[in-house]
Amino acid sequence: MKIEGKRAVWNEYQKDIAADKYFYVRSCVRQNFFPGSETTFLRIMREELGKDIYEHPCHTTCTGIGYHGDIVPIDTMMTVVARQFALMTEAGYENLVPSCITSFGIYTEVLDTWHHFPETEAKIREYLKKATGREFQIPKNLAHASDVIYKFRKEIAAKAKFKLINKETGKPLQVVEHIGCHYSKMFPNKGVGGAEYPYVLVGMIEDWGGEIIDYPERRHCCGFGFRQYLVQANRGYSMSCSHKKFESMEPYKPDMIITNCPGCPMFLDKWQYAIAEMEGKTYGANGQGIPVFTYEEVAGMVLGYDPWDIGLQVHQVSCEPLLDKIGIPYNKEKKYDGVNGQKLGVPEMPVNLKCC
Amino acid sequence: MVDFGYKIQADRQINLDITNKALANFVKKHENSFNTCIGCGTCTATCSTAKFTDFNFRRLQLFIRRGETANVKAEIAKCMLCGKCQLACPRGVNTRNVIMMIKKGLEAHV
Repeated sequence: MKIEGKRAVWNEYQKDIAADKYFYVRSCVRQNFFPGSETTFLRIMREELGKDIYEHPCHTTCTGIGYHGDIVPIDTMMTVVARQFALMTEAGYENLVPSCITSFGIYTEVLDTWHHFPETEAKIREYLKKATGREFQIPKNLAHASDVIYKFRKEIAAKAKFKLINKETGKPLQVVEHIGCHYSKMFPNKGVGGAEYPYVLVGMIEDWGGEIIDYPERRHCCGFGFRQYLVQANRGYSMSCSHKKFESMEPYKPDMIITNCPGCPMFLDKWQYAIAEMEGKTYGANGQGIPVFTYEEVAGMVLGYDPWDIGLQVHQVSCEPLLDKIGIPYNKEKKYDGVNGQKLGVPEMPVNLKCC
Repeated sequence: MVDFGYKIQADRQINLDITNKALANFVKKHENSFNTCIGCGTCTATCSTAKFTDFNFRRLQLFIRRGETANVKAEIAKCMLCGKCQLACPRGVNTRNVIMMIKKGLEAHV
C-alpha cells in the first residue's frame, strides 16, 4: 500500500482524546518490566505539559491477565472495572487513561458490552453496590496513555533536546513500531488509525524525527498471548511469533523498536536474548540486538531525560548503541545506580547476545 | 546452546496463491463429501490406527488442502479402511472413499 493510501485509512479512524484532567490507572506488569515508563509518563504530563493527572492509591488490577487467561469470570472482571470507574467518579475525574493496552481493551470491551446490553450494566452496578457500597459514572473519555502522548506529540517535539536522527549520517533513524493487539484489533474505531494501520506510534516517530519501517509482519502479534506465555510448555508459541517478526524486520536493519503495550516490549526485548542463547541468532549490528523501547521512554529520550532515570538499564538489549547514534549523553558508571543511591547489581552477561 | 524447555516452532505459513491444490481438487471432485469436512477431528478421535500409530485423518485433510503432499502416500498406507471414522463423522464425510481417492489422485500424478 502506498503511503498516501495509508494516510487515507488513518484519517478514517480518529478518536477524541481529552485535553486535560486525566484519571490514570497503572499497569500490573509494566512496573516490573520497565519501571521507568509510567513515572516518565507522569513526569512529562505534569512537568512538560502542565496537565492535571491523578492516580488513586486504591486502584487495582483490571483483571485483564486473569480474564484473558480464563481464570477470572467476566462478571468479576466487569465489577472490578466498575470499581475503578467508582474511584474515578469519587475523585472528580471523567477522563480515564489506562497505562496498559490490555486494560484499555478491557475498559473498551466493558463499555461496549454495557452499551449493547444495558441490563448487564445494571447488574454490575448492583454487584458493585452490594460489594462495596460504591456508585459510578461512565467515563466521558477513554484514551490509552499512548493516545495522550500522541495528542501532545508536537508539543513534545517543540521541547525536544534530541531528534531521532543519526548524528553521524544526519539521516532519520529507521524505526519499527509495534502496537499491542488489544489497542485496536478488537475495536478498530477506538484506536488512532484503526487495526491495520494504527497511527498512534507512527505519528510520534514522524514528529520526533524518525522514519517508520513498513515490513511484512508489521501487524503480527508479539506472541505474549497470555496462556501462550503463562504455561511454560506453550512458550514456544510465544517465542515463534516474536521470531517471525524479527526475521521479517531484519532485512530493513531497524535502529530501534517502539511499542505501546506492557507485554510487547518485554517479549520483543527478552526473546532476543532467548533466541540468541538457543540458536545463536542476533538481529542487531555487531552481535547485538535491536533495542526495544516503550513510547514513554522514547519521549523521555527526545526530551533529554537521563537514560538511567527513565529505566533504560533494565532492558535486556543494550540501549547504548542507540544513545550513541542519537548523541544522548549518559554516564556508564551510573548505569546500575538505583534512585535511592543503592547499587542495583550488575547483571551477568549473556553468551551470544552482546550487551554493554 | 541453552535449552529453556521450549523451542521455536517452524513457520507454517503458506502462500495460497502458489500452493499446489491439484490433489485437494481431485479428491473434492471425486468424493464430494470432502468439501463438507470442518476438521473437527472426530475421525481421529475414534480411529483404531491412530491408537497405535501417529496416523491422523484430520491432519491429513489439512495437509492436502494446504498442498503439503510430500508425506501423504506414507500416511494413507497406515489406514486400515475399517470405516469407524465414517460412522463418527458429524458431517457425513465418506472418509474411506477420501482415502481411496487420495490414493487414486497420487497414482494419477495430480
